[in-house]
Amino acid sequence: MFYAILRRFGQMLFVMFGISVIVFLIFFATPGADPAARIAGRNASPEVLAAVRHSFGFDQPLYVQYTRMMEKIFVTGDLTSFVNRGWKVVPAVLDSIPVTLSLVFGAAILWVVVSIIIGIAAAATRDSWLDKLLMALGLLGISMPVYWLGEVMNLITQSRYHDSWAFSWVPPLGYKNFSDDPKGWFLTLVIPWITLAILYIGIYGRVLRAAIIESMQEDYIRTARAKGLSETRILFRHALRTSLIAFVTLFGLDFGALVGGSALLTEVVFGLHGIGKLTYDALQNLDLPMIMATVMYASMFVVIANAVVDFVYILLDPRLRAS
Amino acid sequence: MILSVRDLRVSFRTHDGPVRAIDGVSFDLEESEILGVVGESGSGKTVSLLAVMGLITDPNATIEGSIRYKGRELVGLPPRELRRLRGNEIAMIFQDPMTALTPVYTIGWQIAEQIRAHRGVSKAKAMARVEELLAEVNFPNPREAMSRYPHQLSGGMRQRAVIAMALSCDPALLVADEPTTALDVTVQAGILDLVRKLRATHKSAVVFITHDMGVVSELADRVMVMYAGRVVERGTRTELFSDPRHPYTRALLGSIPPLTGQKPRRLPAIPGSPPSLLRLPQGCAFGPRCPVRYEPCEADKPGLGKGAHAAACFRVAQA
Repeated sequence: MFYAILRRFGQMLFVMFGISVIVFLIFFATPGADPAARIAGRNASPEVLAAVRHSFGFDQPLYVQYTRMMEKIFVTGDLTSFVNRGWKVVPAVLDSIPVTLSLVFGAAILWVVVSIIIGIAAAATRDSWLDKLLMALGLLGISMPVYWLGEVMNLITQSRYHDSWAFSWVPPLGYKNFSDDPKGWFLTLVIPWITLAILYIGIYGRVLRAAIIESMQEDYIRTARAKGLSETRILFRHALRTSLIAFVTLFGLDFGALVGGSALLTEVVFGLHGIGKLTYDALQNLDLPMIMATVMYASMFVVIANAVVDFVYILLDPRLRAS
Repeated sequence: MILSVRDLRVSFRTHDGPVRAIDGVSFDLEESEILGVVGESGSGKTVSLLAVMGLITDPNATIEGSIRYKGRELVGLPPRELRRLRGNEIAMIFQDPMTALTPVYTIGWQIAEQIRAHRGVSKAKAMARVEELLAEVNFPNPREAMSRYPHQLSGGMRQRAVIAMALSCDPALLVADEPTTALDVTVQAGILDLVRKLRATHKSAVVFITHDMGVVSELADRVMVMYAGRVVERGTRTELFSDPRHPYTRALLGSIPPLTGQKPRRLPAIPGSPPSLLRLPQGCAFGPRCPVRYEPCEADKPGLGKGAHAAACFRVAQA
């Protein structure tokens, strides 16, 4: 077991190394991508260009540039932005992490709980009006883009109906630190959580329903009926457990991606300065150090989320355990 | 009398119209008797016993007729009442042991689950009983087997575990749906020995569904041959094997290769294939494949008659 975890950890490091090399090469070594030209400005003279190249170290061999950048990200932590000189990249990423984690964790709890309830309810009452209603609502949730839904939410809770009893508790947009103001932290995030979760509730509810219905066709469900078990017990003990495998796979992928910056739209709509926003701005300005740092951070989360998913697989399905 | 089925009819609504899978099946079962039910795929042998178990969950199915278990009518019984019988008084063994067990729980857990569903015993007591049961079905190391998952056992071992599970509540009636079909021949023999032994120790009556005449000749006290949803012949094992009356039974027995004497150059096969239940021929369903058919066979369906050894054939009635 210990050996397996160690090996897995080694694989994770290898994947992250691969990602960092690829991203580095894309931005520093693809033909036409000359970071010095970008920094020096549009009509820079060859002398200025050479000076910039020298002062940023672009005249060094690539492997030296790569090692120095990695060293500045992971060891000294003093990598500075190309765009705002003196702006330290690593602290900026570290400051954004709690914002994104708060948003994504809260939304994930909401969507997992609600979609499991919906999936089970729909599968248990298959083809009934309830099933049809839940699946139609799920489809509606999937169809509403986050940027649109977020704006509608803001329109309702921030302006149009803000003074009504229902939404007067909603604080202005922005993020409050949990350690400073737990209540404010919670209240500012409620609407973003719901907005982000709605899409995933739709997807996960439908996936789980389909997986449960498939499981209910298995021979072992007939055996469970022949044993004289109640339909409730058959559903929860025999069908649900195998159905959760598809659910967990999806969750690992989505969760990793969201924490890694895919929650951008939600962050922008609700004025949350998280990783997504940071990455977006860095890409807009082609701020290479910031891009490197956010990509490394994102890949770390995707890799960790995948490792956790593999671990949950083993918990769910004994067939995957080494005998 | 443990089980008495009268004029059982099961039909399914399908896109192509109604299908009558079981068309007036009647049979009786005495205590600790083994009844062999023989027939090709689609002859209705499994469906008729699933109906007895109350396991036809298809909302498009209708079940008519009477199924009496120890005098109690099962057709129309509320699901809750049926559930109390299932696994407790009437147990079932399925065809494919590879898929019959839930993959994510241990053998011990799954058997104990059934015991605890019907008897209010502690987990420890249930587990102790599981160990006894696994020993009874010849697990060399029952305590260790309890903590195994289904995928860690061979097919024969899984089928033994399924049998142990079926026996866990001492059922008065055991339905075995082709329990040896998915296993290889040596393992088959072990399972048949086990069924015979368990009938003696548990005093359960057994309905043994199979398409293998050899298995029937070894195991069954009485035999019922089915074709296209109807019983075409019934009788004791000896009657059926020494004096088969229905042309279908004769053809089935004729297609078994003889072990002694001169070998036929070709094994006789029954011409044609079983009819689709959607388009049953007028009159006798076996008629189109029958070597001795004559005019009455095309006009009317032959009845089974009253006797203990009876065949649904106009030729037999005529003789």
